[in-house]
Amino acid sequence: MSGIDITRFHQTFFEESFEGLDAMEAALLRMSSGPSDAETINTIFRAAHSIKGGAATFGFSEVAGFTHVLETLLDLMRSGRHEATPADIDCLLRSGDALRSLLTAARDGGQPDRDGIAALKAELESRLKGGGETPSAPAPAQASAPAAPAARGWRVRFIPKPELFASGNDPVRILRELTQLGRCEVHCDSERLPGLRIAHPEVCYLAWTIELHGDCPREAVAEVFAWVEDDCELHIDALEAAVEVAVTATETRAPELKLIEGGKPATPAAAATAPAPGVDRRAETRGDGSSIRVATEKIDALINLVGELVITQAMLQQQSAGLDPVQFERLLAGLSALNRNTRSIQEAVMATRMLPVDFVFSRFPRMVRDLAAKLGKQVRLATSGEQTEIDKGVIERIADPLTHLVRNAIDHGLELPEVRAASGKDPIGTLRLAASHQGGHIVVEVSDDGRGLDRRRILAKAAERGLPCSESMADGEVWQLIFAPGFSTAAEVTDVSGRGVGMDVVKKNIEALNGAVEIQSEAGRGMRVAIRLPLTLAILDGMSVAVGEEVFILPLGSVVESLQPQPEQVKRMAQQGSVVRVRNEYLPLVDLREWFALPGTRRATHEAIVVIVEAEGRKLAMQIDELVGQQQVVIKSLETNYRRVRGVSGATILGDGRVSLIVDVGAIVRLFSSPQTPAAIAA
Amino acid sequence: MSIPASDTGPVNAQIASAMPNEFLTFTLGEEEYGVDILKVQEIRGYDTVTRIPDAPDFIKGVINLRGTIVPVVDMRLKFKLGRADYNEFTVMIILNIARRVVGMVVDGVSDVMQLTPEQIRPAPEFGSAVNSRFITGIGALDQRMLILVDIERLMSASDMALMDNHSQALQ
Repeated sequence: MSGIDITRFHQTFFEESFEGLDAMEAALLRMSSGPSDAETINTIFRAAHSIKGGAATFGFSEVAGFTHVLETLLDLMRSGRHEATPADIDCLLRSGDALRSLLTAARDGGQPDRDGIAALKAELESRLKGGGETPSAPAPAQASAPAAPAARGWRVRFIPKPELFASGNDPVRILRELTQLGRCEVHCDSERLPGLRIAHPEVCYLAWTIELHGDCPREAVAEVFAWVEDDCELHIDALEAAVEVAVTATETRAPELKLIEGGKPATPAAAATAPAPGVDRRAETRGDGSSIRVATEKIDALINLVGELVITQAMLQQQSAGLDPVQFERLLAGLSALNRNTRSIQEAVMATRMLPVDFVFSRFPRMVRDLAAKLGKQVRLATSGEQTEIDKGVIERIADPLTHLVRNAIDHGLELPEVRAASGKDPIGTLRLAASHQGGHIVVEVSDDGRGLDRRRILAKAAERGLPCSESMADGEVWQLIFAPGFSTAAEVTDVSGRGVGMDVVKKNIEALNGAVEIQSEAGRGMRVAIRLPLTLAILDGMSVAVGEEVFILPLGSVVESLQPQPEQVKRMAQQGSVVRVRNEYLPLVDLREWFALPGTRRATHEAIVVIVEAEGRKLAMQIDELVGQQQVVIKSLETNYRRVRGVSGATILGDGRVSLIVDVGAIVRLFSSPQTPAAIAA
Repeated sequence: MSIPASDTGPVNAQIASAMPNEFLTFTLGEEEYGVDILKVQEIRGYDTVTRIPDAPDFIKGVINLRGTIVPVVDMRLKFKLGRADYNEFTVMIILNIARRVVGMVVDGVSDVMQLTPEQIRPAPEFGSAVNSRFITGIGALDQRMLILVDIERLMSASDMALMDNHSQALQ
């Protein structure tokens, strides 16, 4: 094994450790919110245990040392000898954070806060001593129960399951570890061993009986086997005091391997243990092969290929449209089967990139708990639809906006318990996180039962900042005002929120994902923010529009309406180009032909079609020649082989094989962000 | 698909000039040019291109090359040579350079030639359409004179407007 470069497993170790920490934190929070069951504590214990094991293997001694103390405390809780108090859970949560910082430091080579960690470790140790019996302080005199730690030794019957090696465990290592605890007398039981000819090298046929002589607690013995707990039958009995420590077994390893010609004994043990190092590497796919770690790039490459397949298929479909159905019956049947299969493959491949939204939701219980404590509020967090699946890329990019919304809800939305009680509400506020599928979209909602948005204050603030507003605006329009850059109604800036870098960023981030944000609010009853997102980033619902020879794609999400304006709706402004009046709004007019410098003469606006698009809360009228249709398009990057182009967010391939550019509505709107002053124009 | 390492440019050029090398030759106006055959992915006819806004006139647009969006440069326009007609005889060399795929329209593709080091002379200071800093040497074969171009450096040059540092940083 020494020849293997162990550092290449580090990445996996860190990934698994951070996942373990997340699981641990989630379980701890479950414990803090209600009575805990054995499985919850087991989850925490297992996470700590694998981190410890991995850290020790890879030589991260700080991590291993700290986790060891943590694990000891957890083990006491697990065995019911230490009742978990809220203070314990708090300490464990902080330990999780400490561990995270230690791991981060180990990975990136930074300096962890050693003093803080030492203090935490001391606290853990004091909790260990304070609560219940501890294995670290065994009194040899109180050896009364059979499980008492003062026994003269232990008889361990270790019968591994045949598939032990598949989990990367090596009995020899376990036996060697056992010898650290005391003198061992090892008997190998080779009864299950078949003939050499049929023995499979990856199957474990052997069993062992080990007599361990020495003063060590039962837990210590059990711990050696902790890794293989589920893969073996294990009996640990105290050696009776009467049994003489007769034979001194100096043999510390498994019985020496002798080659006995024609006989069964021992030889296959070599064959059986030999594959273990090789199996080790496959341990990454642990969990009975129910999941495999695959690099995102591989999946993306697959998605790209499937994208090509879909395009090719669409091309064939289009080509075959004119064929005589009688003459080409079989060809057409084949094509329609191809169509079905392509769609299924596409869906299946897309599904591999999908993660349950729980990946983001799971960070909130902790955040809500800490924030609520900090602000002196009582908050109940309810989540639903955690299993709703979203594209990994989307998940990563909604985490920040969601965090912001949750913070806002706790800081501004929910009132202090006294205030709530005074207004006849449950003193404990409810914050709800929900995710669901709604017709090709994912909707993620953050709602609270707090005070809701304050219409008067928003309007006052908007007027103060010179934003266009009036008393007569509908609620929905008023709520939109909070998306203006730098807008904050918070009376004072707390370190949680209120700095005014908020909702505009949320909206921008969501729109960058081709999503939308909706707000509903009712004074005194609460507020609901819904984020509507596409299922995936690779595919876009587009509206194809024609300008001259070219076809462009407008993201459907940003299209409000399309119309053919009457001549009197279009007004030329002295310096600012034209505007189109749509109902009571004057929208800047952008001619796509001019914008993209396309050949051909510009049509008069009233002979063309105008598409009203909206991005970042601002609207714009885009003049095009014709509407072509709506279709889903696969987004391709222009920058792979070319460079960024102003006003273009990407490209796609149409059914006929031509390339079509996807219009970056946001960028164009930003450039034309003239303040809408309807009064000025109307005058 | 083999993508030549791009970050070893100068070394590559040295090694290349030390060994017999194969060149794809093409014509631009009156001159005959050669590019390292290893940078050439394929040769194909001129496709419908989709125009790109905000691009110089010699960038004709982008094409769909089996699902990849590939920009097309018309060298005749870039170097103001020949007549930029597009018909069934117009050819495009698809290059694989600097981990990118680029299409290049030329007047015509002649053949693939093998040149020994003796046949490659240093580039003289003379006025070819292509700037001499992109010329690695002159290949002499019988009556023909071949201008050998470091196509990777030529295409990566900022005046080709094919790449921006910004987009590379983003990748």
